[in-house]
Amino acid sequence: MFAFAARRLMISIPVLLVASFMVFVMITTSGDPLQALRVTNPPTPPETIALEAHRLHLDMPWYERYFNWFGGLLRGDLGPSVNVRENINEEVWSRFFVTLRLVLLAMVLALIMAIVSGVVSAVRQYSKVDYSMTFLGFLFLAMPSFWLAILLKEAGIFLNQVDGDSDSRIFFTYGDRSAFLEDPTAWNRFTDVAGHMILPTLALALITFASWSRFQRSSMLEVLGSDYIRLARAKGLRWRKVLTKHALRTALIPLTTVSALDFAGILGGAVITETIFGWHGMGQYLTDSINTRDAYALMAWLLLAGSIVVIVNLIADLLYGVLDPRIRHD
Amino acid sequence: MTDVLLEVENLTVEFPTDDGVVTAVRGVSYELRQGESLGIVGESGSGKSVTSMAILGLLPKNARVSGSVRFRGEELLGRSDSELSGFRGRKIAMVFQDPLASLNPVYTIGDQIAEAMLAHNPVSKQVAHARALELLELVGIPNAKQRMGAYPHELSGGMKQRVVIAIAMANNPDVIIADEPTTALDVTVQAQVLEALEAAREITGAALVLITHDLGVIAGHANRLCVMYAGRLVETGSVDDIFYAPRMPYTLGLLGSLPRIDSKTRLTPIVGSPPSALNMPPGCPFGPRCPMFAAKCEAEEPPLYYATPDHHAACHFHQRLIDVKPGEIFQ
Amino acid sequence: MTDQLEVTPATKAPETGGFGVRERTQTEIVVRRFLRHKLAVGSLVLLILIVIIAYGGAALWKYDLHSTPDISQPPSWEHPFGTDGPGHDWLARVLRGLQQSIKIALSVALIGTVLGTIWGSIAGYFGRHVDNALMRLADLVIILPGIAVAATLASLGEGTWWMIAVIIGGLASANVSRLIRGVVLSLREQDFIEAAKALGASDTRIILRHLVPNALGPTIVSATILVAVGILAETGLSFLGFGVQSPDTSLGLLVQEAAGAVNTRPWLFYFPGLFIILIALTINFIGDGLRDAFDPKQTRVRQ
Repeated sequence: MFAFAARRLMISIPVLLVASFMVFVMITTSGDPLQALRVTNPPTPPETIALEAHRLHLDMPWYERYFNWFGGLLRGDLGPSVNVRENINEEVWSRFFVTLRLVLLAMVLALIMAIVSGVVSAVRQYSKVDYSMTFLGFLFLAMPSFWLAILLKEAGIFLNQVDGDSDSRIFFTYGDRSAFLEDPTAWNRFTDVAGHMILPTLALALITFASWSRFQRSSMLEVLGSDYIRLARAKGLRWRKVLTKHALRTALIPLTTVSALDFAGILGGAVITETIFGWHGMGQYLTDSINTRDAYALMAWLLLAGSIVVIVNLIADLLYGVLDPRIRHD
Repeated sequence: MTDVLLEVENLTVEFPTDDGVVTAVRGVSYELRQGESLGIVGESGSGKSVTSMAILGLLPKNARVSGSVRFRGEELLGRSDSELSGFRGRKIAMVFQDPLASLNPVYTIGDQIAEAMLAHNPVSKQVAHARALELLELVGIPNAKQRMGAYPHELSGGMKQRVVIAIAMANNPDVIIADEPTTALDVTVQAQVLEALEAAREITGAALVLITHDLGVIAGHANRLCVMYAGRLVETGSVDDIFYAPRMPYTLGLLGSLPRIDSKTRLTPIVGSPPSALNMPPGCPFGPRCPMFAAKCEAEEPPLYYATPDHHAACHFHQRLIDVKPGEIFQ
Repeated sequence: MTDQLEVTPATKAPETGGFGVRERTQTEIVVRRFLRHKLAVGSLVLLILIVIIAYGGAALWKYDLHSTPDISQPPSWEHPFGTDGPGHDWLARVLRGLQQSIKIALSVALIGTVLGTIWGSIAGYFGRHVDNALMRLADLVIILPGIAVAATLASLGEGTWWMIAVIIGGLASANVSRLIRGVVLSLREQDFIEAAKALGASDTRIILRHLVPNALGPTIVSATILVAVGILAETGLSFLGFGVQSPDTSLGLLVQEAAGAVNTRPWLFYFPGLFIILIALTINFIGDGLRDAFDPKQTRVRQ
């Protein structure tokens, strides 16, 4: 199992490096991060611009910049940011955990919703429940994540005002935490962060669960029609036991792969969701970095995102091996 | 009549589809007595598997089943799924066609056999596993002890089918229904599986319903025989009666297409294919393929006539078939 | 001589005719199965209607993208979708947004499918090193969140609609290539391909005559779904500010402009959003119907 994991990483790391190289070349050969400095009024002195260009390694040819960046990466230095006051390393990691907790929680929620609705749909195929679940699945599949997120945000604002008291607050609709807490005990900090997570997590989970629910339904239907379910029933097992012990256990396996493959997409969805809820996370960092043409920050962003996708998929593969005895990684 | 275990009476199974109602089984009746081995023969699609699945309520929900199925006088049709699960495996056990797909890939075979016991008996897991091991040995699995912890994909097809037979034996059932138990297997393995089935019958004392399309399998393993065609029984009787004095052209055709080492007669195939269960023509369903086809056959479907008190045949002209060889009517 | 010249096409005609008949019956089966899927047929009709309205309606509608004196009006006969702060007629904007979004989404499907099919069939058919290299390339695209890569790439250009379509289509083709590769791999093992090889058919011939027709079903289904993917990706990208740029507009940009005024001027927010949902929904239903229609294993007896 360890050998399998190591082998998988050995394949993924070159892929990531090639990706980093291609992205680097594209970003650095186009756009000018100093554009803002050049058009100021009064004009920025040329010396300042030259100094800034030197700080950002703009005076090097692109291949040298890449190797310089790569060397820094090996030492744990992610390069200078366009924003002088920011350290890319600190910035990207702190934002990463903000985003990761959103993504992971949304995934867990989406998985639960997908499994429940998919299984119920399959067991009660062609019933009213099945039709409504199917319709909901299609609806959320067709819904743009930003539209749903705005809708939930506005619903939160509306519900906060519904009692007529503008101070009382049920839902937090802006930021990933309160800027100021009167009594910052650990518990209060935790509930504050948790409160801020409710609506964004729900938005991301609803978008994500739709396709998984469809998938889980068909996977469950396939298992329910299988010969071993028939044999389990012929043994005299009660239907409930057949469902939980035989059908569900086997029908869950394919979802591990599918959910891991969708991880990159969920990360993308988180970018949009965070933007809407004004989170200080990876999403905002991405749009800011693109807008300021912050090449090193973008590189850090993409590399981190790529790495986590690789790791999540590796975990899913290992999990698959545990869940399905036919596939053993040894 | 006390020794009758299973009575199937006028069993009819219909499936609604987009194109209309498919009648898979049309009024099948038979009896299974204690200690007996009943063969059911027919082409694929003749309704023989559907009949056996209907007995235990294992058909898809949209199936419409009517008629009567009685086990020791108790009606099974119309019972709830949980009531039926008390019969399944404990009174009536089943062995299915495809052993490759019959076992759950994620559980060890030891667990899957023990589970059959635990479903009906308040015994500990240890006892169930000990019994499972015993059963594995009985059906002739070598190294049974190690194989207890094996997953289905680690076993050959023949071994898997023997595991399925062990599962069927787990609760000493009164009836074992084996649905094409050897069809998916290599010829060399078939004999081993039939042997295991024979052993299961001996040990549990169960009566056997052996469903197959292969008359060769029937020959050594059944006392009585039902021939099915287009969802109906077309001939029933003792194996000897049917093998040596068939009274229905279809049976004659089946026997004629059976290769025999001890005879030099030419094989005589039945031309054509069975009618679609969707638009069943009126009259005898075998009519279009029958060399003795006559006006009466088109007009009315033959009932099961008495040929002899214990031998029935669904042919208007069954009396003409006395002492007729397949080659004489089929070209 | 003249007689002979006239004979030649006549003898050829039955051949092409015969071929045509076989093709038509296969297509007919698919069409008949699709038509049985009422939801899919209804969706197709609705989608065609939306496209007609987007292009025809915009040409006929009295307002264009320029502002009117009516500021922040709720929906009325004069302005069915209301107007925004600067007085733009929202129906005219939504129609223009529809045009751009549909144009991009269809281009995404076309680019993604063509590129992905070529990519996947070459990988699947030739296997070994070619396969390995091409699939690692696909991994490379799949490993990164598509929207981030698309935003980065789109920010390098000027936000023209075809540029956005090329970027999204190019990224989407990586997924298509995986799907097509899978189809080709499973087809490659089939007996009729073996038979064609044994008969000495060339690679090109096998690909064109055997693989492509058999992979047609999954390809068409995936192309359909790609339209939905395309519209969601484009609107998302435009929403973030990296897609279609003002003064032009797209459905995503319209939602973004309306995001701050959901409670005060809800019509600005709901109309463009509903059209995105409607298009993606109808396309998914059509895709579902097509999948059922193409699936040869589909049995009519359902459990």
